Amino acid sequence: MAKISVDGIEYEVNPANNLLQECLSQGLDLPYFCWHPCMGSVGACRQCAVKQYRNAEDKTGTVVMACMTPASDGSIISINDKQATDFRSHVIESLMISHPHDCPVCEEGGECHLQDMTQMSGHNYRRYDFKKVTHRNQDLGPFINHEMNRCIACYRCVRFYDDYAGGTDLAALGSHHHVYFGRHEEGTLENEFSGNLVEVCPTGVFTDKTFSAHYTRKWDLQTAPSICSGCGAGCNTTPGERYGTLRRIVNRYHHDLNGYFLCDRGRFGYDANNSRDRVGEALYRHAHTDGEPRKALSAIEGARQLDAMASGELIGIGSPRASLESNMALRQRVGPQNFFSGMGDAQLSCATEVISLLQEPGLNCPDIRSLELSDCVLVVNEDITNTSARMALALRQATRNAASAMAQDARIPLWQDAAVRELAQHSRSPLIILSPQGTRLDDVASDTFLGTVEQQIVFVQSVAHAIDANCPAPNCAPENGAQVTSVANALCAAKRPSIVSGLSAESLALIKATANLARALREYRHRHGAANPSVDLCFAMPEVNTMGLALLMKEGGGSLSSALSILRTGKADAAIVLENDLYRRASAEAVDAALASKTPLIVIDHLHNAFNAKAHLLLPAATMAEQGGTWVNYEARAQHSYQVFQPEGSTRAAYEWLVPNNPVRGPSVHGDALLQELAGESRSFAPLLELLSSRSGIAALMKSPRQSHRFSGRTAMHANVHVHETKQAQDPHSPLSFSMEGLLLQKDASLMSAAWAPAWNSNQAISKFQEEINGELKQGNKGVHLLARDGERGSYNKVEHAPEQGLAKYFIEHLFGSEEISAASPAIQARAVPAYACIGKGLAQSLGVHQHGLLRLCADRYSVELPVLIRDRIADQCVGIYCGGEVNRASLCGSVSIEAVAKDANVLASARAMFSHLVISDTLPREG
Amino acid sequence: MTDLPLTKNIDMSRAPFDIGQYRQAQGYDAVLRMFKDMAPSDVLAMVKDSGLKGRGGAGFPTGLKWSFVPSQEDSPKTKYLVVNADEMEPGTFKDRLLLEGDPHLLLEGMLIAAYTIQANTAYIFLRGEYLQAEKLLRAAIAQAHEQGLLGKNIQGSGFDLEIILHTSAGRYICGEETALLNALEGKRANPRAKPPFPQVSGLWGKPTIVNNVETLCNLPGILRYGVDWYKGLGKGGDAGTKLCGVSGRVNNPGCWELALGTPIRELLENKAGGMCAGYELRGFLPGGGSTDFLLPEHLDLTLDYDVIGKAGSRLATGTMIVLDDRTCPVGMVGNLMRFFSHESCGWCTPCRDGLPWVDEIFRRLESGGGRAEDLQILTEHLEYLGPGRTFCALAPGAMAPLGSALRHFREDFDAHIHSGACPWRK
Amino acid sequence: MTISTIIASSAPRVQARTLSPQETHEIDHELTLYPDRRAVGLEALKIVQKHQGWVSDESLLAVAQYLGMSAHELDGVATFFNLIFRQPVGRNVMLFCDSVSCYIMGCERIKDHISARLGIDYGETTADGQYTLLPVPCLGDCDRAPVMLMAGEQHRNLTKEKIDALLTSVQQEQPNK
Repeated sequence: MAKISVDGIEYEVNPANNLLQECLSQGLDLPYFCWHPCMGSVGACRQCAVKQYRNAEDKTGTVVMACMTPASDGSIISINDKQATDFRSHVIESLMISHPHDCPVCEEGGECHLQDMTQMSGHNYRRYDFKKVTHRNQDLGPFINHEMNRCIACYRCVRFYDDYAGGTDLAALGSHHHVYFGRHEEGTLENEFSGNLVEVCPTGVFTDKTFSAHYTRKWDLQTAPSICSGCGAGCNTTPGERYGTLRRIVNRYHHDLNGYFLCDRGRFGYDANNSRDRVGEALYRHAHTDGEPRKALSAIEGARQLDAMASGELIGIGSPRASLESNMALRQRVGPQNFFSGMGDAQLSCATEVISLLQEPGLNCPDIRSLELSDCVLVVNEDITNTSARMALALRQATRNAASAMAQDARIPLWQDAAVRELAQHSRSPLIILSPQGTRLDDVASDTFLGTVEQQIVFVQSVAHAIDANCPAPNCAPENGAQVTSVANALCAAKRPSIVSGLSAESLALIKATANLARALREYRHRHGAANPSVDLCFAMPEVNTMGLALLMKEGGGSLSSALSILRTGKADAAIVLENDLYRRASAEAVDAALASKTPLIVIDHLHNAFNAKAHLLLPAATMAEQGGTWVNYEARAQHSYQVFQPEGSTRAAYEWLVPNNPVRGPSVHGDALLQELAGESRSFAPLLELLSSRSGIAALMKSPRQSHRFSGRTAMHANVHVHETKQAQDPHSPLSFSMEGLLLQKDASLMSAAWAPAWNSNQAISKFQEEINGELKQGNKGVHLLARDGERGSYNKVEHAPEQGLAKYFIEHLFGSEEISAASPAIQARAVPAYACIGKGLAQSLGVHQHGLLRLCADRYSVELPVLIRDRIADQCVGIYCGGEVNRASLCGSVSIEAVAKDANVLASARAMFSHLVISDTLPREG
Repeated sequence: MTDLPLTKNIDMSRAPFDIGQYRQAQGYDAVLRMFKDMAPSDVLAMVKDSGLKGRGGAGFPTGLKWSFVPSQEDSPKTKYLVVNADEMEPGTFKDRLLLEGDPHLLLEGMLIAAYTIQANTAYIFLRGEYLQAEKLLRAAIAQAHEQGLLGKNIQGSGFDLEIILHTSAGRYICGEETALLNALEGKRANPRAKPPFPQVSGLWGKPTIVNNVETLCNLPGILRYGVDWYKGLGKGGDAGTKLCGVSGRVNNPGCWELALGTPIRELLENKAGGMCAGYELRGFLPGGGSTDFLLPEHLDLTLDYDVIGKAGSRLATGTMIVLDDRTCPVGMVGNLMRFFSHESCGWCTPCRDGLPWVDEIFRRLESGGGRAEDLQILTEHLEYLGPGRTFCALAPGAMAPLGSALRHFREDFDAHIHSGACPWRK
Repeated sequence: MTISTIIASSAPRVQARTLSPQETHEIDHELTLYPDRRAVGLEALKIVQKHQGWVSDESLLAVAQYLGMSAHELDGVATFFNLIFRQPVGRNVMLFCDSVSCYIMGCERIKDHISARLGIDYGETTADGQYTLLPVPCLGDCDRAPVMLMAGEQHRNLTKEKIDALLTSVQQEQPNK
């Protein structure tokens, strides 16, 4: 700790940081643009100038940039000094020279950092009366608007997009006051984190195109703290609603998880809420009138119909994308013995294995911020950018730890961003990627191994054996012993190694082999006296509540295949399926066979799909934003999301339908009671009580408003329907109100629907709610970890795997398209590609298929024709399959053969067009 | 011995010396002796003692600059020497004389500098428009290679040096040493924050010395004739000689090597032949476009870093630009402002957005639309774009002629405003 | 080991052209001089410009691919520098010094003369594609101002008469087709 004096007041600060960061940490208002908590300082904008004095005697002082000056002990500075304030007002004046002052029509207006800083820096009257510099804008694709004329050239966009997120298609172009931030030619921004430009840009150059399509001012949005439903990472979000439709999603700071950034699936997938494919009302047809259209029921009729059908021998099928509350309600309704997993059997067994690993002492599941701190990462099979993108962004940062170490040796402060990068050049901490195909992290990888899942298992076992000879060696030796040794050495040399994998391959053997490697490393570290011998090991989860459902299944219940066989054999009187499209979980053949029994089928879901088209009773479910719920992420961290707005019509949280007898009274049924029961019932869920109590205390006090104090039109917004002032929706059980009244609960910043502080209307206001910049939220609830490290210190697993029959294959995941709900969002659809197959050049040659031609994939009783992508970086002699929403993955799980199909020119052309917006990383084609 | 160590071989009416002629004139002797008798630390001590100051503009002591290069056992092995031959300062044409007049002198100087800091690769960052210099340097490097003065194990010394010629593509900011390094790395030539200084983390993050052409050309003389001789060359407080140029309405514009400490009057009147007939001296920029105006009353000052500094300007590049009484000072400064505004890299706000405003005001003044408030805004920019306020020295450099013009030629500015036209444009 | 990756993606409007053997030969030579491929970016653009007259989008893409860097980043470099032409230029590019010494020596009148004779202002090319007129910062020939660089040759102490003579001689050497 160091002491500095700011305008005569002494503060305790961290001398490793710069003055700007420390001033902001102390809650002082000091304007800035180019600096960012995650990106350090570059000294470009000059907005954070302060006066620094050499000592107490120095009365003259020097103007310095706070962001470029270390907060060293004894520093004496002044923010209020006249020379400094004059300089800052000059800076803002000249930044505004060419700004169009189009705030009334700018999407950023009202939450614009530039507006805030202009006021804070004291620029009121325009003196510049010459022509402004103007620019042409570019079409940057379905996510991002481009309005370069608003640009103040802070360089944050390129520093985030290129330096931080690894993007390559956004650049600073031109020079002097004609600098331009864009692409060298118009086109879609390719990076998976492009949406963060909306929040990183201090003004309205990069704005959310999907938001523009149904724009509302920030202060008119009704918001609540929510969780991203895009994958199992558990990123915190703030969705905003107006007039019954969801308008956008922005990042909500979570210290351990997403920090300041979201991926584009999470940010732009929300429009599924507003989809025309939403199930809007209860639909019913009699079990013996299949084929006839269903008739619409009112909410009360729907509830009664549910009660009428749900009797006798009832089974329930849960869902990894439904809340704990809804899964719990279904489980209660049907009885634990009749509750079945909504995920495929293979996935469930993998998730169950991961749960035991989460309890094993000496293994540690890193949160996303911890991943950033790893000095050596091994990724096993998982295409993390496409399955849990926010984690991939953290791994990219982890590779910079070598640079940090070099900078520390050279005594360059870590916040000197450009200097640290310059010093390090291409030096990176090891990131080793095992994968069947090239991945989007390859550009920062130190080593890659292209292999089928089987080959990876052998490789991982070999590395484990090389690290600890007690760990059983694989049956066959890998072909690349040298690489095994170098990977083993890299892991052993690391201070904080991490191993990252996931469930994509649905291979229990892969998970077991990976766990063995972590154990071997743990033993090695223990033997070699590491200060902390535990090893970071984590598995990305595909869906928002995969882990929650898997935990629930540990308490009893059956597999999906057993549920389907009960249905097939007609042993159930009715089935309730919760938020699930079973065609995505099991083979079409098995699902169709189960449905053939004509067992009355009740489905509760929010989007129409092929499966619930066959439901006899389809009940409209609330989405993430329309309900409160509890979700368990990949670390087994349970977090609560709050209802952003009450859905119209019959739509309600699935658990409200499921609690017997009172579904129409909706709000009186509340999830907390279900959680309470769950917590009482099982040791795994006991920590939920902590989550509940953290809320109940607050709920008793004044509630936190979901609407800003500037929220407009509240009494008039339904005047087109009726002129009576509608009663505010009530929310007795949550600490939030559907109102402008109340108190922004600064005591628990995680309950803040949107960060706001006086003079800080933009998202940068979050600084005011952090213990320190980029630190923990002030008393913010971070969720509770459901699993403790109190399991057994696992010994080496036997890894059993039968070599694959026929051609090796793997399933490809895409950030845009693989996840069911976000894939219904038009913006995501604009980036998604239809199903395709992927092979290497050798295989293509032997099959006689050309780029973008057609391949037929034949499984046991299933075949499909797919356009083919021939790429360089793919394991030999295997086929990758991207299923999209079309291809039934489970049907292709057995052995598969492929053959070329003759195609006509039309097919070829459409395939070529389809691949034209696919973003993959492959080796560079070199000329000559 | 010579008292013109920089230009003794130069005669622009003929081709420069090739390596044979250069060696005949004792060229490379100093280097050969250095390899034989001197450790790098000896050379460093000698250069420090000589009092040589950087001739690129800033006047920083060369030996001191070199001494910041880490030379411990565990310091990085790779180090670079970079020659700043990106001469682009308005009114400056001195490095061109050396590059075109005696390329081997530069190479010899580079050998000395590279040996001292133990750099095995040296880049010459040459201005792209200096096509003749490019041709001559390429030939000179090839000749030096042939004679074993470059390459591996030079003259059995165990020291290796490769010299690589890099030609730029036109950007004044590349003269700023850290911007130059970014350009050399193939990046946009924005300057870098200092610290870390290039001596510690420079080209590709490795210890790097960037020296101006003229600075390096001083080294062979120092090594050959010694520190005392070198100091003795200077007539005043500074050691050595300096290339000094004069451009503008003088009878004999040109560039000459003068002892530091020579009176300015001698340069202007004897060397440059005085003002052209019909033209009166109103003022002059003593060292290129980013120095403050001096007035006729300053003609008896000597060409010394400190002396000129005390008079409120800088010796800088030593190339004097003469303002005569028939040239509009507002137009002249406006020309400079346009240059600096265009050559701003666009990185920091005051420079990027402040200079175009200044430029616009000058255009308005010249076209007769100027207002009294305009001068107020110009004055504010003097502090706003002053030293320490901007990321690098470009904008403060631009403010030097502006500030001094507002001081010395205020009546001309006022005349533009009052008469609603430029009095010099008829 | 670092793997270079590119993105097979949003079909660019233009396709990279094939670099000529001479171009790749010269770029390859530059590659031997720097420890990092990207450092050659500017040199490679200059090489292409030398052979093609300017740097088209097709050339830019070709160079970026050849060097394994992003075309966007390379364009960021290309557009930073004054002497990389991202638009077609005439056969004779007049780099006309408009800096301070030339200003004092009356370069504006010379420039006006060129503009009047050729009908082009700064940044423009004559309709016949013969000349492009560009301002250039101080050419470092201030004792022989006004000066201009054209077709690799420095023209000094410019007068209207010298301009006339120069234009005539170019006309004779390279008659319009």
